[in-house]
Amino acid sequence: MTSSLFFNITTFGYFASMVMFIAYVATRSNAVAMIARVTGGAGFVANTIAIGLRWYESYQLLGVDGRAPLTNLYESVVFFAWSILLVYMLIDFKYKQPSVGAFVLPFAFISMIWAQLSLSNAIDPLVPALQSNWLTYHVITCFLGYAAFAVACGVSIMYLIKIGKEEKHADESPIGGILGVFPSTKVLDDINYKAIMIGFPLLTLGIVTGAAWANYAWGTYWSWDPKETWSLIVWFVYAAFLHARFTRGWVGRRAAWLSIIGFAATIFCYLGVNLVLSGLHSYGGA
Amino acid sequence: MAHNQRNIIDRTWDFFCSLKLTIITLLLLAITSIIGTVLQQNASPEEYIREYGQSNYELFVKLQFTDMYHSWWFVGILALFSANLICCSIKNFPRAWKFVTSPALIAGEGTLKNSVNRAEFSSKEEPQQLAQRLAGTLEKAFTKPTLTEDDGKLHLFAQKGIYSRFGAYITHLSILVIMLGAIMGTVWGYKAYVNIAEGTSTAQVWPRGSQTPMDLGFEVRCDDFTVTYYDGTQRPKDYTSDLVVIDNGQEVIKKTIEVNDPLTYKGITFYQSSYGPAGNASFKVQVKVRESGEVLNLRVVQGQNTPLPGGYAFAVTDYAPNYDRFGPAAQLRVNTPNGQQGAPFIVLQQFPQFDEKRAGIFSFTLAGYDEPPMYTGLSVAKDPGVWVVWVGCFMMVFGSCGAFFFSHRRIWICLDEQNGKTRVRVAASAHRNQPAFSMAFDEMKKDLAQTIENKA
Repeated sequence: MTSSLFFNITTFGYFASMVMFIAYVATRSNAVAMIARVTGGAGFVANTIAIGLRWYESYQLLGVDGRAPLTNLYESVVFFAWSILLVYMLIDFKYKQPSVGAFVLPFAFISMIWAQLSLSNAIDPLVPALQSNWLTYHVITCFLGYAAFAVACGVSIMYLIKIGKEEKHADESPIGGILGVFPSTKVLDDINYKAIMIGFPLLTLGIVTGAAWANYAWGTYWSWDPKETWSLIVWFVYAAFLHARFTRGWVGRRAAWLSIIGFAATIFCYLGVNLVLSGLHSYGGA
Repeated sequence: MAHNQRNIIDRTWDFFCSLKLTIITLLLLAITSIIGTVLQQNASPEEYIREYGQSNYELFVKLQFTDMYHSWWFVGILALFSANLICCSIKNFPRAWKFVTSPALIAGEGTLKNSVNRAEFSSKEEPQQLAQRLAGTLEKAFTKPTLTEDDGKLHLFAQKGIYSRFGAYITHLSILVIMLGAIMGTVWGYKAYVNIAEGTSTAQVWPRGSQTPMDLGFEVRCDDFTVTYYDGTQRPKDYTSDLVVIDNGQEVIKKTIEVNDPLTYKGITFYQSSYGPAGNASFKVQVKVRESGEVLNLRVVQGQNTPLPGGYAFAVTDYAPNYDRFGPAAQLRVNTPNGQQGAPFIVLQQFPQFDEKRAGIFSFTLAGYDEPPMYTGLSVAKDPGVWVVWVGCFMMVFGSCGAFFFSHRRIWICLDEQNGKTRVRVAASAHRNQPAFSMAFDEMKKDLAQTIENKA
């Protein structure tokens, strides 16, 4: 039983769950929704076991130099998928809207398939710069935040699809067809807000732990390096989103767009900075 | 005229208080911040000119793009952002503060009649006695209420989570606190660096961007610098420096620092940052004069000419710890008496006879060598504002959690006599997350009903 076996199961579970959620949107069958939930949950369990096993394997392989599996791109991507499922299941538990899964599971599946197909899963010992307990706190807070933003982004896409239709058929009876299975725009807007409400303090904590670590390791808590700056850009966008909700003319569509732009900025902060720009976080691109 | 002036002041005030301004400044900060992540900051003019050309470089300088996070316009947006923050808080804070100074101990008729969360009971029990018992129930199920008598009616009021009304203000204040800490660090602190060769000490460091060193007020000595590698690999495991702080001739601190584990003395912190060779490697070289068979044992430093008999000289020009898997090797050349440089050749420590085959006037053997001494590169930082920044960060995290995850929940119970019975009316509200509160209220309603029934 190796971690890679369980990562394979995870990927398959998320794929199956994604397909079933989409099938639910098409069929509206509660049984299909149940299967989607169960396979997604099973994938999450496999993902958890896989991360745990990889942690254990790092100690087998590196002895005392073993470490929590949160240190390179591969490990962060599979943790990202895990976080997305965690936040999604929380939201699903509360709102019980299976159609949301069709827009969230793809993020988890794409993460897993990308990690497995094109990222190196070698377990290497840590370079000196990463040998710190701050690493774990920093990565966990950031990625739980990112995952909440992923869920918010999926819901915002649903919102924009639905509100377009709703406005077109303003005076007709409730929308039928595929969109009928979507939650109402009010609920979508609420889920969007709740997800960002979870994500924003986590991102804040992620930036703060990063700053504390930078101060401890380098003597400056902020040096405007591209990764730091992009995390701040993401923070600005979601701060704007949170204020947009109390502002006339900014609720609804614009808020949904801000949520999508925020997630795009998040992805650039996470991947774009390492793959396109250079800076202190360059080891994350390995 | 006075009216007009009033109008302008009002409009300026409204402008600085507006949430639209908040959203626009936040987005403006987000968009402009991108520039500095794409365009390298604080590089040399030559680099910009090579990359973007002279005219673009001049434009960058004019727009202060080369150090944009400290440019007047970026600082200006931050100042506008702060002004907006302060004005919004001044405008709205008194309203939130009122919930503390004058809590609504008595629910109005409107609240009792129209609240989303409400209930009504009736009982034969005396109002006074029932109020006491309901207060007990509330204390168990929610929190201890306050009892007020007014106009012949009894009012119970209980509240929880009033602090969550201040989450947003604490978050806003935290931003200003962090900015204050950053300013303190810039004004009273500094960032510097220093290279210390093994076995030497220094009392001066070089502030970033300055040509003149500054005094530390004490001395730092580096006894040793080491790089360790993971077993069997070229992957560095640790960079460590053995540092000693000497103040007034006394060794006050001894510490082995490494990346992620610095040394602090008198508010100044030393971080392991870089390393390199300090000076040159030295070699033990055995020279045999071919004709006479005379053998010389010499100790030479890399790059220095060492005299040989007959006016000749030689120098070690290069070395490798493991040359082509033949072990340690040195590259040498011999100068003729008239100063002409000979062709370089290689001697190997593990093959002492190797140089005999060259058939020169002298034959050389590498008997041993010492790696050059290393220097350790330290970042030096003094930041008296950093604790202010951490206070700000704490406020921000707790403030935003308070604002998002908690709400101000209030319950009012009004007891009065009606038709010889005691009428009990209950109303409750939460200023955020109402659905969850409604569920909690339904539970509480059951408790209250039970209390009333038990005696009725």
